[in-house]
This record gives sequence, C-alpha cells and structure tokens, in this order.
Amino acid sequence: MSNQTGVHRRRFNKALVAAGTAAALAPFGILRAQSAKLKVGVLLPRSGFQGLIGQSCQKGADLAPEVIKAMLGVDIELMNADTETNVDVARTRAERLIQEGAHVLVGAFDSGQSAAIAQVAEQRGVPHIVNIAAAPQITEQGYKFVFRNFQTAGDIVREGLALIGELFQATNTVPRTAVFMHVNDTFGQAMARGIGAFMPRLTQLPFRIVDTISYDPAAKDLSVEVSKAKASKADFVLLVSRLNDAILLRREMAKQRWNPMGVVSPGSPGMYEEQFYKTLGKLSEYCISNVPWYNPKAELTKTVEKAFLKRNPKDQLVFHGLNAGFTFEAILVAADSFKRARSTDAKTLADAIRQTNITSKMMLGGPIKFNEKGQVEGIGSACVQNLKLRPTVVLPVSAAETKPVFPMPGYKPA
Amino acid sequence: MTRSPVALLAALAALLLVLPLFAGSYALSVATLILYFAYTGQAWNVMTGFAGQLSLGHSLYVGVGAYAAGALFYHYGIGPWAGLWIAILLCVLMGLIIGFLAFRFGISGVYFALLTIAFAEFTRIGFDHLDWLGGPGGMFLKVAQRDQIDLANFRGPPVMYYYTMLAFAGGALALCAWLLRSRAGYYWRAIREDEEAARSLGINAFRWKMLAVAISSAMTAVSGVFFAFYYNNLFPEQIFSINRSIELILGPVIGGLGTLFGPILGAAVLTLLSDGLTDLLAALGWEIPGIKQVFYGVVLLLVVMFLPNGIWPALAKRLGIREAEDR
Amino acid sequence: MSWDLVANVVVAGVLTGLVYGLMALGLSVIFGVVRVVNFAHGEMMTIAMYSAVLIFGSLKLDPFLVLLPVAAAFFVFGYVLQTGLINPFITRPEHTQFMLLIALAIIMTNALLMLFGPEARSVQVDYQLESFELGGVLLDKVRLYAASVAVVAAASLFAFFRFTLTGKSIRACADNHLGARVVGLNVKRLYGLTFGLGAACVAVAGCAMVLLVDVTPSLGPYYTLLAFVIVIVGGLGSMTGALLGGVLIGVSEALAGLLIAPSAKSMFSFGLLILVLLLRPQGLLGKRS
Repeated sequence: MSNQTGVHRRRFNKALVAAGTAAALAPFGILRAQSAKLKVGVLLPRSGFQGLIGQSCQKGADLAPEVIKAMLGVDIELMNADTETNVDVARTRAERLIQEGAHVLVGAFDSGQSAAIAQVAEQRGVPHIVNIAAAPQITEQGYKFVFRNFQTAGDIVREGLALIGELFQATNTVPRTAVFMHVNDTFGQAMARGIGAFMPRLTQLPFRIVDTISYDPAAKDLSVEVSKAKASKADFVLLVSRLNDAILLRREMAKQRWNPMGVVSPGSPGMYEEQFYKTLGKLSEYCISNVPWYNPKAELTKTVEKAFLKRNPKDQLVFHGLNAGFTFEAILVAADSFKRARSTDAKTLADAIRQTNITSKMMLGGPIKFNEKGQVEGIGSACVQNLKLRPTVVLPVSAAETKPVFPMPGYKPA
Repeated sequence: MTRSPVALLAALAALLLVLPLFAGSYALSVATLILYFAYTGQAWNVMTGFAGQLSLGHSLYVGVGAYAAGALFYHYGIGPWAGLWIAILLCVLMGLIIGFLAFRFGISGVYFALLTIAFAEFTRIGFDHLDWLGGPGGMFLKVAQRDQIDLANFRGPPVMYYYTMLAFAGGALALCAWLLRSRAGYYWRAIREDEEAARSLGINAFRWKMLAVAISSAMTAVSGVFFAFYYNNLFPEQIFSINRSIELILGPVIGGLGTLFGPILGAAVLTLLSDGLTDLLAALGWEIPGIKQVFYGVVLLLVVMFLPNGIWPALAKRLGIREAEDR
Repeated sequence: MSWDLVANVVVAGVLTGLVYGLMALGLSVIFGVVRVVNFAHGEMMTIAMYSAVLIFGSLKLDPFLVLLPVAAAFFVFGYVLQTGLINPFITRPEHTQFMLLIALAIIMTNALLMLFGPEARSVQVDYQLESFELGGVLLDKVRLYAASVAVVAAASLFAFFRFTLTGKSIRACADNHLGARVVGLNVKRLYGLTFGLGAACVAVAGCAMVLLVDVTPSLGPYYTLLAFVIVIVGGLGSMTGALLGGVLIGVSEALAGLLIAPSAKSMFSFGLLILVLLLRPQGLLGKRS
C-alpha cells in the first residue's frame, strides 16, 4: 500500500550487495540466480479520476503475496505506484519501478496508461502483465514482453452481446430497439467499433440500434444526451460508460421520467462499482453489466475471498469482483512463471510467462494461456445485475446466484 | 564586477555533456525532461518574453507538431526528420493565422491570451473527433527495444534522446541570444514595453509581432515532434490540454521572463522540485493525493510574490553576471 | 426531431445558462472593475460547492437556505484575498497576475483534493428528481429554483450598483481609476469590496450549481474558462450581458449537443469566443472602450 521509495532504495542497495555476492559465488553453484523474492511493480490509478477503481484493484494486489505464498510457496514483494490517472505519470512511474529493480510490471486498469507502460516495458525488456485494459492495440504491436489476462474490447463486445441474447431468452422478452450511448474516450471508442463490427453478424439478436449518442467523459451535464435518447423511443439502453457518467445518466433518466426496459452494458465499468450503489441507492437497482467476472463457485475465489475479508473486514469482495480479481490473477501469473522459471531474469521470465497454463483460477472462462500475441483467449463474461444493492451474477446459469429481472419494474413503453 | 555568462555556460555545457556517464536511467530521463521544458519554454519566451504577446495556448503547437510528424510516421512510415518540416510548416501556418487574426483586429493583452486558449481548446476537441489521427483513443507509434540506435526513425536508448534534446536546447539558447542582439530583438523589446511609442518611431509592429509568433511556433513544433517520438503515444486530451500550456510557461515565468537563462533555470528548478517533493513526501509518509501540488503551488506563489521578475535576474545579480540585456 | 425534444432541451439550456450567467457575473464584476484576470474563478465556485456539500452533509440544510451565510463568508474571503494578496498585482504585468492566480488555483484545487478525495460529491435534496410539467415540457424543479435564485441575485447586484452610493463609487473606479482617486475615493477598499461581491456572487452560483452538477476538485478550470467565455461574449462590465451571455452559451451548447455530436458541444462555445473576440471584442452588450 505504501510507496516508500526511500525504503525501496535501501532495499535495492541491499539487493545489489546480495546480487554482487551471488554473482561472485555463482560459478560455484552455491547461490543460484534464484533470488528469494519476485519484485512485482504494481501500477494503478490510486488517485485522480479513476482513484476509487484503482484502490479497488489495489485490494486484489495487497492480498496476493499471502495467498500466493500459501498456494505456490513463492515469495513476492509488491512495489506499488500510483499512476494518478495520468498517462505521463504512468510512464515515469513505470521507468522508476524498473530502475528500482522491479522484475515484472502489473497494471494499469486504464487503456491509455497501460499502453504507455507497455511501451516502457517493451523498450526496457521487462515483462508487463496487463491486469485490466481493453484497447486491442496493446497486444497488437508485436511486443515480446507485454501480456494481457483480460478481454480485448472485441472480446468484451462479443461476449457481452451474446449474453444480452441469453438475457432475453431467459426472461422471454423481445425488445426491438435500443439506443446506444457511449463515452467518447479510448475505451468507449474501442467498444463502439466492436459493436459496429459484431452487431450485423449476430442476427439472432432481436433488436436494432436506432440511435447512437456519444458524449464527453468529462461532461457534467448529460441532460441533452438523455433527452435525445428518450426521444428515440428505444426499448432499452445499451450503455458503455465510466462510473461518474453512469451515475449522471441514471439520475437524469429518473429526472426526465424515462423508464426503458433496462440499462444494459455490453461490457463497461461503472454500474457494478461500489460508488454506484452508494450514490444512487435504489436507483441503481436492475442495471445490468455484462463483464468478465469471478466465478463465485471456484475454489480460488473462496480462498481469495477469505483473505480479502481478513484484510477488509468491513467490505465485501463482490464490490471489487472484477477489479481485485484480475489484479490478483495478474500477480498470480507472475508468481507462477517465476516458480517455473526459477529466475528473475527478464527474458527467462517472459519466456516462462508465455508458457503459462493455469487451470485453477478465479475468473470465469478457460485456462490462463497466452497466445503468440501475449493475449489470453477464452476469458468468460457474466451477466451481472444490480440486485439488492450488490452486483449479482444472473447468467450464465452455471455461475448464477439468482434469476435476472428484465424488464425492470416501472418500465413504461414509450 | 560583472562577469560574463560565458564561463558559467561553458561549465554547465561540460557538465551536461558528461552527465550520462554517471547518471542512472531515471536521472537521465529527468534530465531529458528538464531540457525539453527548457527548450519549449525558450520557444514560448520568444513570443511572450521578448515580444510581449502572452500566449496561453502554446500546447496547440506542441500538439499539432506531434500529430503531424506522428501521423506521417504512423500512416506512411515517413521518418521524423522529414516529418519535422511538415510539422514546422503547419505550426507556423497556424501561428500566423492566429497572429493575423489577433493583430489585425487589435486584440492584445488578456484578450489575446484568451484567444490562444480558445484556439487550443477548439483544436483539442476537434482532434478528439478525428479518427484518422486516432481520436480520443490516441495515436500509438510503434516502439522497438532500445538496444539499437536507429537515428533515421529516432529510436534508440535514452542517451540518444538526451543528447538530441541537449542539442536542441543549446541551439535554442544560441538562437535566442542571437535574436536578442539582432534588430528583431530590439524592435521586440520596444513593442513589448510600449507598442504605441514603438509604432510612432516607425516600427512596423504587425510585421515584427508576426515574426515572433512564427519563430516561436516553429520552435515549438520541433518539441512536438520530439514529444511524439520520445513518448510514442499521443492523446488530444493530454497534449492540447490547458494544463500542458500552463506547464510549459511555468518554467520561463518562474525562471525569468524575457531573459536568456530564465527558461532553463526555471525548467530545472521546477522539475527537480516536483520530483524532490514526491520523494520527500514519500519519505515522510505524507502520501495524500494532492499534497504535492499544494506544496508546488505554494512555492509558485512565493516566487511570484517575492521574485516578480523570476529567479534568474535575482540570481544573476547575486553572481554578478550581466546578461545581454537586463530586463 | 420533435418539438417536445427541442423545447425541453432549450428550456434546460436557458435555466442552466442563467446559473452560468450568475457565475460569470461575479467574474464580470471582478475583471471589469478591478481588472484582475481571475484565473481562480472556477476554483472559487468549486469551494462554494463543496461548502454546500459539507453543510448539507452535516446539517441537512438545503443549499438554497444557506445561500446567504455562505455568500457572506465568501464576501469576507474575497475582500481579504484582494486587499491582502492581490492588490499589489493590479499594476503589474498581466502574466504575473495570471501566475499569481494560477498558483492560487493550484493550491485551492489540490487542497480540495486532499480534503475531499477525487470522487464526485453531490447534494441530493428530496425534490431532486421532481419536475413540473408544462405542456410537453418537463421543468426540472432544481433547475428552475436555481435559475430563479440566479435572477434574483443578479437583480440585487444590479440594484446595488445602480442605486447605492458604494455601488456608484465602484462603477466610478471602473470607469476612471485615476479620476476616482482624484475625487478621493478609497480605491483599495472599493476594490476589496468589489472582489468580495464577485466572490459572493460565485458563492451563490456555487450553491445553486451543486444541485445541478456533481462536484469534483478538478471542476475549477472548466468553469473558469466558461466564465471568461460568457463574460467576453456577453460584454465586459455589463451585468445583463453576463446573464445574457450565460443563457446564450447554455442554449447554444444544448442545441449543438442536440443537433451535432454531444461530445463536440464545447467546441461551439470556443468557436463563438473566437468570433466574438475578432468581430466584436466588447461583447454583445458591452461598451466599446
């Protein structure tokens, strides 16, 4: 949790002495290059615009060393850095962490910041495992040191739209029209493109998009946008948003007395975040997010949940499902690779990461296995609905806690 | 006794030349950043410090320069040394347009400053909607590992970027020194102090002001190109942001507006202060978000209040150095 | 594009615009009289918004009810700021003034960040989501009340400047600084009063705005720029100009959002600013100086 760079410098100097001794003794096989610890640089937006989400991710990181020690017998040291929701800071912090001896980097939730860190990592030849970031280009650059254990925007949209189809089947509803609202930033754009690409192919979906409304992520007033959306008379809202604008939109919808069948996100943050419930209270109910999520029934989930509760007794893992879960898994990948590589050498680690095959995991979907682009394929999504003021998995049925509610109560056909 | 600044300058140059030999890569990146701000601050200084036209939207030129060279590289594979000229051309054009509109219509002072802000903001939002340039998602230039020096495409180890920026900063210093001593320099100072009086002496204020804008925007275009190829990712929200414009001018204003060494000194002081504060606060354990910027703001406030002409003039007096022209 | 939709959007634009206008009024007073480039204007409003949040959080008082005490507090704050810190800078070059206020803005924004954290805060009164229905137009209650407060505040300020002796003295200072001193007016005190009044205006605007918008520490620069755009478009030194400018910006942004892309609506305001600066720098209702 602390970013005590002074402390880390001392540790680094000690490590330097240790490494020097180790190098001197290496030929004799007395001390191998297997340093006792793996230093993981964790870069997250703990302050600034995305501060709350970054802190949420950090919770997943903080419990990792303990859980991983018990699981794999591997020692991890976290080096935490705050990107301040700023691309420049992300870049310089990444450089700093590498300078101070981080063996692998993990981060950073936001596509822009992650891309900047990826560039630094690639340039310096240090492995970077992206915990959460959807922009496809991060793993399309041909980089050898960048890995991502998260869906790309394309994956998110494909899974998200498929789940929407499942949702309608499960609730026996046939909405004909949707209004697509999206935030105009890196993420929103990537998602919009994904939807543009996938919608025409998914002919089994009963609805078509009657209007697309993009809005400024920094907008403080979304009344015009909501007026436009309401005027489209669409059956439901397809929403790609961030946290603050999701809150604004939901409120504005209530103000303008617009009650569509539902607000469904094909895969964006915001509506499942703790702040959404805290701020909106009852208004948060019934909103749906189709996002990668943890499998509530997995063994590892239960272990992580126990560790989470120990550290955060007044909190619940469910409010940090996506954020903490993927951050934990990223560190798990690093530790697992370290265990197999038995070395902290960057190239060896990168090669080991490329050979990763973790089947007992926490998040939904297939095993953690990187393809030649450094991307994990087959990460699953869940339909997460806000029920009783908490994110509740309602689909797929195998992981569901209860049945979905759609249309939401109070629905008034336009 | 008034010493000439040349001795000091020579010492500084020697130090900067050998810096990479004993500085770690992080220190090197900080030094590169300082030189970047020194250079860009110097460029801004030409327009505002020398000629007295307050530009608060200078990030416009950084952004246009960066995107111009970046887009040429991204879409057509044209290297930065060629893209540089297109970037300069575009920026000078923009500068001349703004200058023409402003000076012909008699806009000056605060209104001119606001005009420059408006243009920068307008461009920022505009670029957010230009998909060819990546839109809000940003433009990412491909990077490769840093063990080879590829000068043609401006790719290489941090040392290469350091020396390039050092060369630019040095060049800017020389250029500005020359400009100050030239006719342009004297006319600019006259216009800055009192435009009416200058005009009455027969100085074509419009022409000389336009020249200042052109030189300033051309120089800033170069830093934009450097930015694109050093950082390799461009976002309209960041690069055209008013925060960037303000960041650019902090150096020269704190260091000493209108002086030669002001921008350099200011850039060094501010960057080191910012970094030093981060370390200090981390060591003290005071890591509340925002606390660093509060300290930063307080320092700014104190400098503005007690050293109104900037740090350099006060320091120069102390050291007994007399610059080409005292403000 | 139905009539209902356009009407709703325009009405919302007018109402919000009036609150913008009040905020700009504060700047018009400060910039117009004291000639200080108050680049911390938006930050001042942000502080006012946070004050309203705090008061609502602890005392459950509707921001409209606490308008007067908050405005009074800000008046004092403005007066002290002006006479204590800013006064010597009035005669100094613009960029120095600007740096001073930028430094203040940085301190204010980040102090708020330290105190309140980055997440958005808001005030949700009981009638937050209610609206009146008039024909096909939904009149948002909070927006309507906020706009009414703005109009009343503007009118009071207008009356102050028109009918009171102090008000007239301030106008005298603005029109002719030297002449005012010659006549024996205590310019420093009057400047302090003016800044205080401007700050009070901003405080009232903030209390109204907090019901319309969620507040974060970084809200300042956006509103500073907006205030400058409105003041210049509406005309420096004209109170009706500030209100009119506010409404104009509010409506044009709303319409631009409706007819073109919502994400580009700010472009419109800046484009308007550029046009006004070039073609009619004194603004719509300003006096040609």
